[in-house]
Amino acid sequence: MPPAVVLVTGVSRWLGGALAAELAHDPSIGRVIGVDTVPPSAEMLRRLGRTEFVRADIRNPLIGKVIATAGVDTVVHMNISSTPAGSGGRGPMKELNVIGTMQLLAACQRAPSVRRLVLKSTSAVYGASPRDPAVFTEAMQARRVPSGGFARDSLDIEGYVRSFARRRPDVGVAVLRFTNFIGPRIDSLLTGFLRMPVVPTALGYDARVQLLHEDDALAVLTRATTGDFAGTVNVGGEGTLLLSQVIRRLGRLQVALPSPTLGALGRLTRRFGFIDYSPEQMRFLNFGRVVDTSVLRTEFGYTPRYSTDEALADYARTVAPVVSPELVAGVTGRAEQFIGRVGHTAASVGDRLRPAPPMPGLRAVRDA
Amino acid sequence: MPEARVIPLRPDDDEPHLPPPAAPSWDSQLTDVLEFLRRRATGEYATDEFGFDPDLTDHVLLPMLRPLFNRWFRVETHGVENVPQTGGALVVANHSGTVPVDALMTTVALHDDHPAQRRFRLLGADLVFELPFIGAMARKFGATLACSEDAERLLTGGELVGVFPEGFKGIGKPFRDRYTLQRFGRGGFVTAALRTGAPIVPCAIVGAEEIYPMIGNAKTAARLFGLPYLPITPTFPLLGPLGLVPLPSKWLIAFGEPIETASYGPAAAEDPMLVFNLTDQVRETIQQSLYQLLLKRPSVFG
Repeated sequence: MPPAVVLVTGVSRWLGGALAAELAHDPSIGRVIGVDTVPPSAEMLRRLGRTEFVRADIRNPLIGKVIATAGVDTVVHMNISSTPAGSGGRGPMKELNVIGTMQLLAACQRAPSVRRLVLKSTSAVYGASPRDPAVFTEAMQARRVPSGGFARDSLDIEGYVRSFARRRPDVGVAVLRFTNFIGPRIDSLLTGFLRMPVVPTALGYDARVQLLHEDDALAVLTRATTGDFAGTVNVGGEGTLLLSQVIRRLGRLQVALPSPTLGALGRLTRRFGFIDYSPEQMRFLNFGRVVDTSVLRTEFGYTPRYSTDEALADYARTVAPVVSPELVAGVTGRAEQFIGRVGHTAASVGDRLRPAPPMPGLRAVRDA
Repeated sequence: MPEARVIPLRPDDDEPHLPPPAAPSWDSQLTDVLEFLRRRATGEYATDEFGFDPDLTDHVLLPMLRPLFNRWFRVETHGVENVPQTGGALVVANHSGTVPVDALMTTVALHDDHPAQRRFRLLGADLVFELPFIGAMARKFGATLACSEDAERLLTGGELVGVFPEGFKGIGKPFRDRYTLQRFGRGGFVTAALRTGAPIVPCAIVGAEEIYPMIGNAKTAARLFGLPYLPITPTFPLLGPLGLVPLPSKWLIAFGEPIETASYGPAAAEDPMLVFNLTDQVRETIQQSLYQLLLKRPSVFG
């Protein structure tokens, strides 16, 4: 049964807006209500179509009134900030993430009309450490519990959602643990990081990276909103790449810096609202994280259209490489030609100096 | 002369003359190197979810280890026919030598001396993956963390997994205890094999004990660096960096007959008594073949 009234939080960001637009295109859905603290851009507003935008802060009890009066039956919670830069510092970010979720869940618990909750969570809840198993399944927990930042917030949020699910067993709760988003349009932590022409990384470490294309992210969110999957599911593309490989495929220049320098650099760039090098982000860039997606394929019933390297290739279309593969191929090609010519000359000189020995083995004929 | 007969120079029943296969010329080798460099610069190679980089392993890491394998340690491999051609199997070996060179040499042995050129996926201690450079390189070489999740995932994927259950107790033991097996962890490797039904191949490595004979252990300094031990050998730290050169002992690596685990069923992993017995069986087999190999070896540097 398709939902009648859907409420999407965090609708002014790309993914939230895209989901609301997608749902608004579905005629079987009665109403789509988008909530965010900041109004969407003009272009986003155009795409949102019949979505009703409510400017509200989910930290404010007002959200309860919106849910109750509209008779919302499906809530998609996506208003979780992953960087302090986007929400004006770590303090407001934590407040938006944790207190906002608590308020939203409190409102949902009161509203008898709610029968479905979809949480956009992250695979960052698994942490990132050298003691991690290579591949995380949904049943596993972080070996080293993330101590701060986005990962800690996400862990807390999942905890609150679990207690909500316990108190309202009639509500179907889907927790989607996404890997890093990438794509031509989405604005994620990794896209900003990889857009820099020179990418600083930690010296002596190379992370395994699993990516998810924005189209797949959108499809999974839509399916989770309109479907009836309940439970926790890892969402990521097939296959992995190493961070160094990602940087090379995009034609960026990698600069490996000792980890302490990187921390100082992070503080500097954060001041300019640039790139986030928080300690947890650092750990991710050192060790990486890979999740098992068999639940997504079998129980959830979705196979991502883009694998990790296809998603990266699609993103690469939008970033001009600093070192293009043609340049590299040109250089190696010319060197190969040179070697070929030298080899040919050397061979002909060698032939002249030492003429080829006569064909061996003119063996005696038996019956001669 | 009408009666003249044409006598073929090369009768048909004779096998045709084949020139011996020429070694690749230096220019084609250089071209291969350039092609490798192009792939590396553009990132056009595949890595798996454990971080294994076959391209780098085949073109850089294994060629770097081969001189050590063939010339320095003159490794002899016995019983490769006991390692299955395909499918998952767990190779369990003794650990020694202060630095895990034995793991690297076994990897070369299974790749170069096994007809199927099997990839050896090592399970390493978490310390390995905490260290910069070494941890990243270990993953590219095909290693992953020694935990049941990774072991079972690799075995289910049909990989040949290598484990050294003695861990630091084995590799960091004093020289006087050479070739005596230490305690075999908690038998986690048997549990992983039982759960996946993979055969256990016992492997005995002789020669690694003598590469860095550990006559002392600088415990205080080790604790300072967060290391499990800091070896003192006859040449290290006495001769400085020269002491890092391993002694050229003669190596023998022998793979024993596989111990089949599939017939017990995956539920048997929950039976601690069976796990203990199998662990002991593997340990005894390795200890016995260590003694046999030692008798076979004419001398330490033979």
